[in-house]
Amino acid sequence: MAINAGNINEVELKSSLRKETIKSIKKDWQLYSLLILPIIYYIIFKYGPLYGNIIAFRKYVPGGPVYGTEWVGFRYFEMFITDPTFWNVFKNNIILSVGSLIFGFPLPIIFALLLNELSNGLFKRVVQTTSYLPHFLSAVIVAEIIMEMLSPTSGVINMLIKTLGGEPIHFLASPEWFRPIYWISGIWQETGWGAIIYLAALSNISPELYEAAAIDGAGRWQQTVHITIPGIMPTIIILLILNIGGLMGVGFEKILLLYNPLTYSTADVISTYLYRMGLESNNFSYATAIGLFESIIGFTLVTVANYVSRKLTDTSLW
Amino acid sequence: MINSSRGYKVFQVVNVLIMLVVIFVTLYPFIYLAAISFSSESYVYAGEVAFLPKGFTTMTYEVLMKEKDFWTGYKNTIVYTIVGTAICLFMTTILAYPLSKKRLKGRGIILAFIVFTMYFNGGLIPNYLLVKHLGMRNTIWAITIPGAISTYNMIIMRTFFEGLPNELEEAAMIDGMGTYRILVSIILPLSKPIMATMALFYAVGAWNNWFGPFLYFDKQEMFPVTLYLRNMIAGAQQTAVSSGSNTEDLTQIAATVKAATTILTVLPILCVYPFIQKYFVAGVMIGSLKE
Repeated sequence: MAINAGNINEVELKSSLRKETIKSIKKDWQLYSLLILPIIYYIIFKYGPLYGNIIAFRKYVPGGPVYGTEWVGFRYFEMFITDPTFWNVFKNNIILSVGSLIFGFPLPIIFALLLNELSNGLFKRVVQTTSYLPHFLSAVIVAEIIMEMLSPTSGVINMLIKTLGGEPIHFLASPEWFRPIYWISGIWQETGWGAIIYLAALSNISPELYEAAAIDGAGRWQQTVHITIPGIMPTIIILLILNIGGLMGVGFEKILLLYNPLTYSTADVISTYLYRMGLESNNFSYATAIGLFESIIGFTLVTVANYVSRKLTDTSLW
Repeated sequence: MINSSRGYKVFQVVNVLIMLVVIFVTLYPFIYLAAISFSSESYVYAGEVAFLPKGFTTMTYEVLMKEKDFWTGYKNTIVYTIVGTAICLFMTTILAYPLSKKRLKGRGIILAFIVFTMYFNGGLIPNYLLVKHLGMRNTIWAITIPGAISTYNMIIMRTFFEGLPNELEEAAMIDGMGTYRILVSIILPLSKPIMATMALFYAVGAWNNWFGPFLYFDKQEMFPVTLYLRNMIAGAQQTAVSSGSNTEDLTQIAATVKAATTILTVLPILCVYPFIQKYFVAGVMIGSLKE
């Protein structure tokens, strides 16, 4: 088609584009047909529940219609905002996740740096492979390990305490112990896995930099400070931002398995609270309102973190 | 690189020691549970088992082997893992492949539509109510369909497909091959590493899943082994194992039985782990390239 582009008005351009699209779909119908099932899946199973949040504003009666019976406005939001239990679980949620970030974030970096200094390749591989094994365990297994080790009668930790002359501690019945247990088990589970990404970043640092530094007389420590750490800094910053974006997330399953009414004061978080409100007490609308509030905070955090990331490092999720 | 400073040598020795401690700390819980599972109840109850079994016995395992609910759970877990992984792989592939093609019209819009759900999802209660109102409770579909596509995995797979050379496909298209045949006979054979990685990601998730079955299944005969174990540790259920023997020994039998059940539940993961871990790492790498 030898038409001068300048002569085509917008309408013609649009219709010719549409024709081209139709033509390409016809020609490539098999490629497009592959999308049908996944798109239906996304509409039903991802957007369906998203729309299902409407019951946060409508009264849902178990056994009644899916999307509730009548509009109630912000009644359920007012309910939880004036509910002291909600603010306590909100606080617990923040403490557990901020603690995980503070204790859990630097360790994979340190671990990766130490691994990187191992001169024996086989030993390095063995350590690394072992270290991320716990990442693949079910929350049930992790909970069982914790319960067994901390058992007041037969647990190995209390055995140690008794040997040292102390009194056995009923860890899982003590609110003051819940947070350390949560953080330490998280470190056990995720440090090795978290190190993978830093090891990849470390292996991308050019060996020439180290050679040049060695010629200039830099020792290993100076090399680490002036080459290694700056080399992985972009990765550290990106992961830190991502982690801040995901700050509302806590190990829901682990908490659900490990907490009990005795430790609710420190262990109960937003997700476990809404789980009990919704699925154990059948206050579906109330629980959905809390869940929606949590999602909005989470989404805001991710958006802000992403914006900061794009400004600072030129890397972003979208 | 030769570096013989004395301080660095000391550091290297200390570093090796630190790493040995890391290995020990990582593996100790498994050693501990294994020791309990092979010990006599009285030693466990007295708090004397720390590293090696005391009063070595295989009785716990023998009792557990006769437990019908345990085997039902194990069989269920295997079925859910196979069916779930197959569905996930199929759905993820048929979405990731078209999205890897630049010639797909509206690719950006579809991608935005999909990626949005990564950052804003429905939440626990709406998901539960959806499954309930679709009548999927107490069916295998409740735990296999709602999580059929992990958007994150789909993006990793798409990145892999984008990296495949285009020439083979173009040649096949000129030969008149349709997309279906190209996907099955050209793309999939080239994609074994990513398929293995994705299959493993999904399979481990399915094997470990207890919360889905806990939410959606009412019948004991449908429980996977993880839920069987969960009910055991929650004390919600006194199995025939403990009630069938001395009631006095209830707690310590529970401890050995719980330990043995745990060992048998993680055993398949522990056994295949050394062979599959490199695929997981590969998956993380491909995923991180995107970031």
